[in-house]
Amino acid sequence: MSVGKNTAHDAGPLHVTGAARYTDDIPTPRDTLHLAFGLSTIARGTITRINLAPVRDAQGVLDVLQAQDLPHDNDVSPSNHDEPLLSTGEVHHIGQPIFLVVATSHGAARKAARLAKIEYDAQTPILTIDDALAARSIFEEGPRVYSKGDTDAHLAKATNRLEGSFEIGGQEHFYLEGHAAMAMPQEGGDIVVHASSQHPTEIQHKVAEALGRPMNAVRVEVRRMGGGFGGKESQGNALCVACAVVADKHGRPVKMRYDRDDDMIITGKRHEFRIDYDVGFDARGKIQAIDFTHYVRCGWAQDLSLPVADRAMLHADNAYNLDHAKITSHRLKTNTQSNTAFRGFGGPQGIVGIERVMDHIAHTLGLDALQVRRENFYASYGGAPAQTTPYGMKVTDSIIREMVDALEVSCDYQARRKAVSAWNDKHPVLKRGLALTPVKFGISFTLTHLNQAGALVHVYQDGSIHLNHGGTEMGQGLFTKVAQVAAQCFGVPIDMVKITATDTGKVPNTSATAASSGSDLNGMAVLNACEKIKARMAEFLSNEDVTFEDGKVRFNGEELSFKQAVSKAYQNRISLSATGFYATPDVQWDRIKGHGRPFFYFAYGAAVTEVVIDTLTGENRILRADILHDCGRSLNPALDIGQIEGGYVQGAGWLTTEELIWDDQGNLRTHAPSTYKIPTASDRPEVFNVALWDGDNPAETVFKSKAVGEPPFMHGISAWSALSDAIASCGTDFPDLDAPATAERVLTACQRLRA
Amino acid sequence: MLTFLLNGETVEAEVGPTDTLLDFLRDQRGLTGTKEGCNEGDCGACSVVVTGEDGVARAMNACIMFMPQLSGRAVRTVEGIAGPNGELHPVQRAMVDLHGSQCGFCTPGFITTMTAAHANGATNHEDQLAGNLCRCTGYAPIIRAAEAASGEAVPDWVKDTAIKADPPYPMPQSSDELAAWYEANPDGTLIGGATDVGLWVTKGLQDLTNVAFIGRCADLQLIEETDAGLTIGAACTVTQVMEAVAPLYASFAEMLRRYGSTQVRNAATIGGNIANGSPIGDGPPALIALGARLHLRQGDTRRDMPLEDFFVEYGKQDRNPGEFVEFITIPKQRDTVKCYKLSKRFDQDISALCGCFNIVVAGGSVAKARIAFGGMAGTPKRATHVEAKLLGKAWSEDTVEAALAEFAKDFTPMSDMRASAEYRLQAAQNMLRRVLVESLGIPASVLEVRP
Repeated sequence: MSVGKNTAHDAGPLHVTGAARYTDDIPTPRDTLHLAFGLSTIARGTITRINLAPVRDAQGVLDVLQAQDLPHDNDVSPSNHDEPLLSTGEVHHIGQPIFLVVATSHGAARKAARLAKIEYDAQTPILTIDDALAARSIFEEGPRVYSKGDTDAHLAKATNRLEGSFEIGGQEHFYLEGHAAMAMPQEGGDIVVHASSQHPTEIQHKVAEALGRPMNAVRVEVRRMGGGFGGKESQGNALCVACAVVADKHGRPVKMRYDRDDDMIITGKRHEFRIDYDVGFDARGKIQAIDFTHYVRCGWAQDLSLPVADRAMLHADNAYNLDHAKITSHRLKTNTQSNTAFRGFGGPQGIVGIERVMDHIAHTLGLDALQVRRENFYASYGGAPAQTTPYGMKVTDSIIREMVDALEVSCDYQARRKAVSAWNDKHPVLKRGLALTPVKFGISFTLTHLNQAGALVHVYQDGSIHLNHGGTEMGQGLFTKVAQVAAQCFGVPIDMVKITATDTGKVPNTSATAASSGSDLNGMAVLNACEKIKARMAEFLSNEDVTFEDGKVRFNGEELSFKQAVSKAYQNRISLSATGFYATPDVQWDRIKGHGRPFFYFAYGAAVTEVVIDTLTGENRILRADILHDCGRSLNPALDIGQIEGGYVQGAGWLTTEELIWDDQGNLRTHAPSTYKIPTASDRPEVFNVALWDGDNPAETVFKSKAVGEPPFMHGISAWSALSDAIASCGTDFPDLDAPATAERVLTACQRLRA
Repeated sequence: MLTFLLNGETVEAEVGPTDTLLDFLRDQRGLTGTKEGCNEGDCGACSVVVTGEDGVARAMNACIMFMPQLSGRAVRTVEGIAGPNGELHPVQRAMVDLHGSQCGFCTPGFITTMTAAHANGATNHEDQLAGNLCRCTGYAPIIRAAEAASGEAVPDWVKDTAIKADPPYPMPQSSDELAAWYEANPDGTLIGGATDVGLWVTKGLQDLTNVAFIGRCADLQLIEETDAGLTIGAACTVTQVMEAVAPLYASFAEMLRRYGSTQVRNAATIGGNIANGSPIGDGPPALIALGARLHLRQGDTRRDMPLEDFFVEYGKQDRNPGEFVEFITIPKQRDTVKCYKLSKRFDQDISALCGCFNIVVAGGSVAKARIAFGGMAGTPKRATHVEAKLLGKAWSEDTVEAALAEFAKDFTPMSDMRASAEYRLQAAQNMLRRVLVESLGIPASVLEVRP
């Protein structure tokens, strides 16, 4: 069996020896050119005068391009054709590319890019949610509204009612490998692009448009990324297009990488949200009706903001059954970086919204928040009419009650709740807090047509297998999992399977490796391809059953090694190569009406975090985390646990130390790791217990597994909720904590409660 | 011509004075295992192992290490960690087996940092690895790997020895040589560990031509303990200072544990931390609270002053052209200093504010109070009004509460990306409360709480 084993990441030995090759590590031909963007230094305005002579005169500079020098489309948007590669005269945020320097080295290009003399007619920038609301600066025609039941009527007659509003900060991806690209001109105007991208087909598409050529003139290859997290779904388009345009113009290889500061100043991040809520609930904390308003700061271009904001709405319920719910979403256009995909894709913000409401209700009623959450969980499906989400999807696979029951016991929740309370009574300065938060996360692209994938499998005459599919490897172990699927199917050891770089010339029309869908979609496509080859071999070998196991092929009492069977098939002119294809069944979704079945299934989980805070400084630490997570029948428990541990720490970082600060001119002040603080080793929980739920995915997925990329990110919400719990011990008011809960915000909340 | 060892082999190269090791490895040698993650010494993806004249292997950041600093030293990159026949080093084996890499981009830096820690027998893994950022794993499997490898023998193939070499650029061997060079080149730039100057080049894109590297001034790298106190040479690294003060001033050493990272502490010098005049350097507030004196030298002329007097205003220090920090002295005293570093993240973060309190209580009253802060003004600065309000009073809650209002007389902090002015002032006041609370035996540090 290959599937279900703790196979180590296929590139592990390459990673630890420095041999794993990333885009910027590809050996460059001698005459390679290097690029850097010249960036806008104001957030909003019109360029009135631009003098690039000093740039052109700088050492090592060969060429400088502006918008008018581009041969065809000047656009790198993945959605709305509203994101010029180079400014056409208007600038919309600090860091927007205005011109492109072509030089003989990376350093020369960077130096020259700073020498431009640009004058602007500056306008007052729209920076904040309030600015955008005041200016009615929005995407789409107006707010999107999804609703179920009669929220207003049931709010009006609710037993108890609460209102609140809070802010949720954005998040920089901080993939350790910054954006990078290389383009190599080929004969006849063709081009090959090496990209650090989650979406090679999108790169191919945008490069083809920029060159005015069909997609078949462009081949994009991605071996691996040094982290993606959504930040490389669309944000790499600019570098790849720039490299391709210059490579085409100069007939030389071209390379570009962002310096870290440029990467953070140019590219989009997780969307900031403000969430208003108005909730009615009974004496036990059961929600009777709830009205959410999401204010979403999208940045200057549309990018993926509409589906991100949609997904936030689709997760406003999280794991809770809401009979009467209304979610209104405002997508606000601001003069800041164009926010983009980030692990969870809006889902985390939606979930933070209702988890905050749960804490607020519990605080108001004087109940333990776990009790209130339990009151509201979706029912486990047992043949009764299914409960439905606020968008009309039946929830038929909920295991949240069973998982929370199990976690409550395994982490000793009730005893620790008492211990925390006793400890706090004895400690005047330090306070502990404890919280459990659940996760229910919808799996599928909400843009239904993206739920497809292709694969290409070759079996060579020596029995070795060449595997290719449309997914990209960004560290999540997708290639390893998919190779396990192929090895399982052919019944061979995994080392007979060669995993190869994602290549638009091998598998076309791929979707981004995103939405946690990588192994679900590509695993199925690979399985489909392998099954085709197996079927041909079996049909040739025997009329009876043929089995492929333990490196052997058995039929009619005969036994051949896999290699012998392959050789025999080859000798008899049996095709040993196949494409595979998969399209997720049963999903259909109307994003305007907000109704349908956007998701094939849900992934579940729950986390308990214990924290300690210092009420004099607001400093805080995670002491312990216990997580129980549902990966269905895991394809690879070790890799899945890796996703859960990493997702938790990344999620906790988002809600604690990771703070993005813009000044009143729109300068991002936290544009490097010196000022933007992702977690370090000592920030992980000292006690960190992660377990997988034991159960099949009821949906027909690859070997009954579940997607794992995004869902565990939201376990970090338990850390934020635990901080709120700790602060609550300082007084009687609700802590009313914004995110991220930096030391400063924690102290401010403590003092408000103590005042 | 620069001569140094690279993965065990002698390399001779023509280098510019501020060419970085990272660019040299990747662009000149094709050793692309060493990664550029931030180009400012904050992520550790470029970490390499450097063995100096003392034979100790240290993790350093290649992105802000200038090539001339390596003269005669031995550099080991991730490509040189596995054995001659490809056998994995114990930390590499453990990282593979325990799933310590996901995207793998930070992994070479972790491997080299872990290799240095492993060679030195260090088992404080979180501190050793605080300068290596990972965005995928949540660190749990990496720490497991470090723990698993810690018992294994150090393979012979990673053991390096420095060699004799002539430096390619001015590299004074003593304070006298440095004084002579600087007197002749008063506009030149002195480079110690390059943890600050490095960024002038990698981020500021400055061309520095007239430079001297002070990392080999033997007499400036000494720490002497006498009856009078501690004398610390300006070229001592923060690692050296931390080790020297640990038995004397526990809270100062604990604060330095969080100063930069292992890689930064191994490079950064205490002289540089003072001379650059940063208002947010963590060394000066603690040293001022300890009553340290600064000793400056220009040619053969020497003068000294209380450290706080060196900082005139933001960006301006009491230092003449050609004059340099030679050493600092800390008078011998009981360990009464408390250092509180407050930052968004505990490890490897620049302080929002750093408060250092040297309050001596005798017979129940405050007999001495030296209080200094970083991050509260344009320079590291004493809280003289607060000190005066405390002095001679009973060491009590009433005294402390009465002194709080004085902070606003001493400081008008600013708001920036690290903290608001209001928070800085409030936290500074609360740090004084913390001194009192801790003196009463009440726990007030979240770092000391165990699950």
